[in-house]
Amino acid sequence: MAYGDKVIDHFENPRNMGSLDKGSDSVGTGVVGAPECGDVMKLQIQVEDDKIVDAKFKTFGCGSAIASSSLATEWVKGMTLDEASSLKNTDIVEELSLPPVKIHCSVLAEEAIKSAIEDYQAKQEAE
Amino acid sequence: MAETARDIDQTGEEVTAEASSKVVYLDNYSTTRTDPRVIEAMLPYFGEHYGNVHSRSHAYGWTAEKAVDQARERVSSLIGGQPSEIIFTSGGTESCNLAVKGVARMYAERGKHIITTAVEHRAVMDPIRSLERDGYEATYLDVDNSGRVNPDSLREAIRDDTILVSVIFGNNEIGTVQDVAAMGAICKEKGVLYHVDACVGLDTETIDVNEAGIDLLSMSSHKMYGPNGVGALFVRRRKPRVRLSALLDGGGQERGMRHGTLNVPGIVGMGKAAALCSELREAEKARVSGLRDKMQTAFEEGLEEVYINGNLKHRLPGCLNVSFNFVEGESLMMGMNSVAVSSGSACTSATLEPSHVMRALGVGEDLVHTSIRFSLGRFTTEEDVDHATSECLRSARKLRDMSPLWEMFKEGIDLSSIEWKHD
Repeated sequence: MAYGDKVIDHFENPRNMGSLDKGSDSVGTGVVGAPECGDVMKLQIQVEDDKIVDAKFKTFGCGSAIASSSLATEWVKGMTLDEASSLKNTDIVEELSLPPVKIHCSVLAEEAIKSAIEDYQAKQEAE
Repeated sequence: MAETARDIDQTGEEVTAEASSKVVYLDNYSTTRTDPRVIEAMLPYFGEHYGNVHSRSHAYGWTAEKAVDQARERVSSLIGGQPSEIIFTSGGTESCNLAVKGVARMYAERGKHIITTAVEHRAVMDPIRSLERDGYEATYLDVDNSGRVNPDSLREAIRDDTILVSVIFGNNEIGTVQDVAAMGAICKEKGVLYHVDACVGLDTETIDVNEAGIDLLSMSSHKMYGPNGVGALFVRRRKPRVRLSALLDGGGQERGMRHGTLNVPGIVGMGKAAALCSELREAEKARVSGLRDKMQTAFEEGLEEVYINGNLKHRLPGCLNVSFNFVEGESLMMGMNSVAVSSGSACTSATLEPSHVMRALGVGEDLVHTSIRFSLGRFTTEEDVDHATSECLRSARKLRDMSPLWEMFKEGIDLSSIEWKHD
């Protein structure tokens, strides 16, 4: 299978790879997927005044899954939570030129963003 | 003898230098490079010797016939059969189909029960599934966690209406070698026809169809340094005389079991490939398994959480199927793009279904996604292995840094205790 140039670029030079302090109240963490499905994404956001000031990811999965999560962190940085919630997997598919068999990677990235936002909001409500 | 193979390889590299890339080829169980000596043997049969084997009335036909006779002799002696017991086909898939469907249809009045294993190649599994839809019954023998069948389970599975047992010799995904002789003895005792799929492994392993009690044996040319598009099926002629229902109808070639004009250049190539395997297999077995062991040791010593899939004792020398836990197989391959290998990961297949072979071993679904198959062969050098080893270790380390599962493992979290969110 040949990969698109943008997938290769994100795979070889992942943006924002790493972890934020999941215990921090200003950090939301989303972990989606399952090892037996071959994809697990962890996406974290750091929020200040409703704005995402930092984002990090770690992904177990194919090159397209890694690229999708790398791209997602790049995009959400600087967005408000509302803007980030409205990101669609199809935007990722388009940007990375993912083939049909890899669309689930973009779906997972969208879910990871939403899950990280939910985690952050749950922490705020708990306070 | 292995030195000769490498010398030839170097010569070949010069000839094809323009077209060849810098990628190290460790995917020999997918296909092997055609040996330059095989190509040389084939060339005249594309050109001046273009006769049809079945043209009995002129020199063009006689030349072709002589060449095919020699190939038949070479292929049969590789497995200890007689030249008249070799049927040439279009490849391993056709050989397996002809054996399975040919026996099933010819002997349907005797019974409609077939026994096979859970780790067959699809060239055997799918024809059996197709026969099941036509009213036949099949029993799939389980394997242990190394992919081996216990021959006693075969004895228990044979019924009065069993007409065929079909077993893979060396598994193309994990390299596990079955005890084909023990199962052959059981088939002989019970009077059931016995097919062995030996499409992979004849370049290093020695099988004798008489000693192992084999009635039908499938071979593939392109898995033994011959050309693509040609294969052979050994069909026993005496004790018992096996008959087959042909897959195609036509001109009566190959004892009426495989109609169609013979592919003379391909057959000549397969014959030469078989002769080279007979000559080189012992030395190659030692050389290639030495390289494989070096690679395996480097992985086991270089990283923790590395698992070798398959049987460590009964295995093909060139095969190293290894799971790097917490690293997904396709991304591992992508990270070592100067090495050509295969992955058991579902992501590489169009269906997104993990390998049925890995599943049959009972390997955890999570580990299935982390498997990579290295398959070494005649043209693999120590430099190739060293390069692939260091590239693989580098890629695996990089991807573990990126893996949330590795991070959790390092934090001491039990991954099996987590409730994963499925989509």
